[in-house]
Amino acid sequence: MSQLEIKDLHISIGDKPIVKGFTLTIKQGEVHAIMGPNGTGKSTLAKAIAGHPDYTITGGDVLLDGKSVLAMEPDERARAGLFLAFQYPSEIPGVSIANFLRAAVQARMAEGEELDASGYYKRLYAKMDLLKIDRKFTSRSVNEGFSGGEKKRCEILQMAMLEPKVALMDETDSGLDIDALRIVAEGVNAQRSGPSAPGILLITHYQRLLDYIVPDFVHVMYAGRIVKSGDKSLALELEAKGYDWVKKEFAAATA
Amino acid sequence: MKPPTEIETAVAEENNPVVGIDQTKGDFQYKVDYAFDAGTGLSEDTVRYISTVKKEAPWILEFRLAALKTFRSKPMPTHWATKDLENINFDKIRYYLSQGQKPKRTWDEVPDDIKKTFERLGIPEQERKFLAGVEAQFDSEAAYSNIKEIVAKQGVIFCNSTEGLREHPEIFRKFFGKVIPTGDNKFSALNSAVFSGGSFIYVPKGVKVAQPLQAYFRINAENFGQFERTLIIADEGAEVVYMEGCTAPKFSTSTLHSAVVELVALKGAKIQYITVQNWANNVFNLVTKRGVAHEDAEIKWIDCNIGSRLTMKYPGVVLKGERARGEVLSIALANDGQHQDTGAKMIHAANNTTSNIIAKSISVGQGRSTYRGVVHIPKHLKGCKNNTECDALLINTNSRTDTYPAISVKGDRNATQHEASVSKVSEDMIFYMQSRGLTEAQAMSLAVNGFINDLAREFPMEYSVELKRLIDLEMEGSVG
Repeated sequence: MSQLEIKDLHISIGDKPIVKGFTLTIKQGEVHAIMGPNGTGKSTLAKAIAGHPDYTITGGDVLLDGKSVLAMEPDERARAGLFLAFQYPSEIPGVSIANFLRAAVQARMAEGEELDASGYYKRLYAKMDLLKIDRKFTSRSVNEGFSGGEKKRCEILQMAMLEPKVALMDETDSGLDIDALRIVAEGVNAQRSGPSAPGILLITHYQRLLDYIVPDFVHVMYAGRIVKSGDKSLALELEAKGYDWVKKEFAAATA
Repeated sequence: MKPPTEIETAVAEENNPVVGIDQTKGDFQYKVDYAFDAGTGLSEDTVRYISTVKKEAPWILEFRLAALKTFRSKPMPTHWATKDLENINFDKIRYYLSQGQKPKRTWDEVPDDIKKTFERLGIPEQERKFLAGVEAQFDSEAAYSNIKEIVAKQGVIFCNSTEGLREHPEIFRKFFGKVIPTGDNKFSALNSAVFSGGSFIYVPKGVKVAQPLQAYFRINAENFGQFERTLIIADEGAEVVYMEGCTAPKFSTSTLHSAVVELVALKGAKIQYITVQNWANNVFNLVTKRGVAHEDAEIKWIDCNIGSRLTMKYPGVVLKGERARGEVLSIALANDGQHQDTGAKMIHAANNTTSNIIAKSISVGQGRSTYRGVVHIPKHLKGCKNNTECDALLINTNSRTDTYPAISVKGDRNATQHEASVSKVSEDMIFYMQSRGLTEAQAMSLAVNGFINDLAREFPMEYSVELKRLIDLEMEGSVG
């Protein structure tokens, strides 16, 4: 079984340390929710693990199935089985979702190996049926002119097609109304069972996403590290008490 | 016959950090013995030599010699164009090289050393697959020229300019030099003096050529100048699609390609002219292309400029008859060390004429692209319309793009519309694609292909595949 081990990870933007000793292991099939107030380093964590060039890893390690990914280019990490569902996915004008995914699937094949187009479309349509996405959707340019909900569904479809070992989902609920949130959550839940179910790191600011995607573990991140872990009841406790409770506890512990 | 020796093999691995361009497909050269060689440099003797070996009529020699005078009298257009033109040394160029003036009708008859080149470029294969006729020019002359019997039987003429002048002077002379006069610019004058090769096409009244006719222009020799001259006439109601491809090996010295292409679409005729050029980055590509569209006629230029050191090319349409339509769809990719100075000209000269220009340029690294356009609608006309769109894509911060649209629309009974945009392939976009498993080069290539996608859809399928492949190669070479 695949797993992602994040070990005492330290991340900086420029000279500024953001993540300061983050440790967590995500096994395939598990859903870990990371909650926390704004500016605590949640998105930084996701983007840095995916290999964004703006972030510098200053300490610790990230291992996928025992192998460090830190020296790899972002595309190598992706092909090794990491997936980042973006909070703000980029638009790619003129490139259809179908062609984009096709290029991504092709990139995972050995050199000289040709993608079987009919097999590809069969699989794509099966995934779209599973996620209840209209066939016409994939002929649109990637994220161009998409609503917030469409952008997130596009991310979920990509995740379904690329079948990662571990998916990092960055604020997947941001910018979604309640209907869109439910649809996106159903898409994620549809991928939670089966032998190829990924491990999921679900980054969110609000508890409401967790009503729809029920996590196995909830971690509270504050000041660049995990300060509290528990099961889904922790999320409800946070909802009731607010983050001030965590901040106070943290202040008391570090004083 | 002595087997051809490969003196330069594909240099895919060679990684020049400044140039950084991989043009594997065209970048090879087989050694060839030339039976006819006009030597180095340009003089009256050079012109006479060319005319003599072609056994031309006296009026053509007169035409050439007059053109040489015009060429010499005209200054380099550096008052508006790049100073890089001054680096062309006309005394060091070879103006005519061939193995003979008569092209072969079957590939079997083409000498091995030349045939090998075209086979490597895939020309015979393409011909079998989807072309109505092919002319393959090797340096100064066509080595091969053939038209499918079914097309020839319809009365379609497809040959090179030498044959056209000799065998169809009555049609050729009537239109030759009329769309683009010798003195149009310095390089049209040069071409008029030393032209050789190029296509002559005549499509009779009402004949619609179902498959495209293709010409392939290959520069093989170093320090060489290729000056093909193409004349296409579509008679009333006729339709034809012509495609041209170009390659050259990469030499350390510069090579000159200076063509003149004239199109005449008579009443109700349609001509589509497609160029996908992939010149090596030492080629000065200075080409004059223009068509005249008569009443209800349509001329469409599809122009893809990849490679070369400097390309200056502004395909134009003179809309001479009522309701004539002109279109230029242009794609230019300027990689490191390259300058694509391209655009379009639309001259409205009759009522209710319409024109459309869509130009997309991509600048990579230190590459520079320039759009120059002219749209002219005089005051006395009515019901004329023009649409111009110029979109530029920049990949990395060093690249440069300029737009010089000159649109002069007079009178109040005409309409024009102009849009321009500049966009960038951002680091975030590349990261997004990389996070899906695409390499940086694949990501850039996809971004570029997306940028030109709506235009590339207009191309015949085989050519859009070729274009995509060329872009992939360019992007691969541009990732440091």
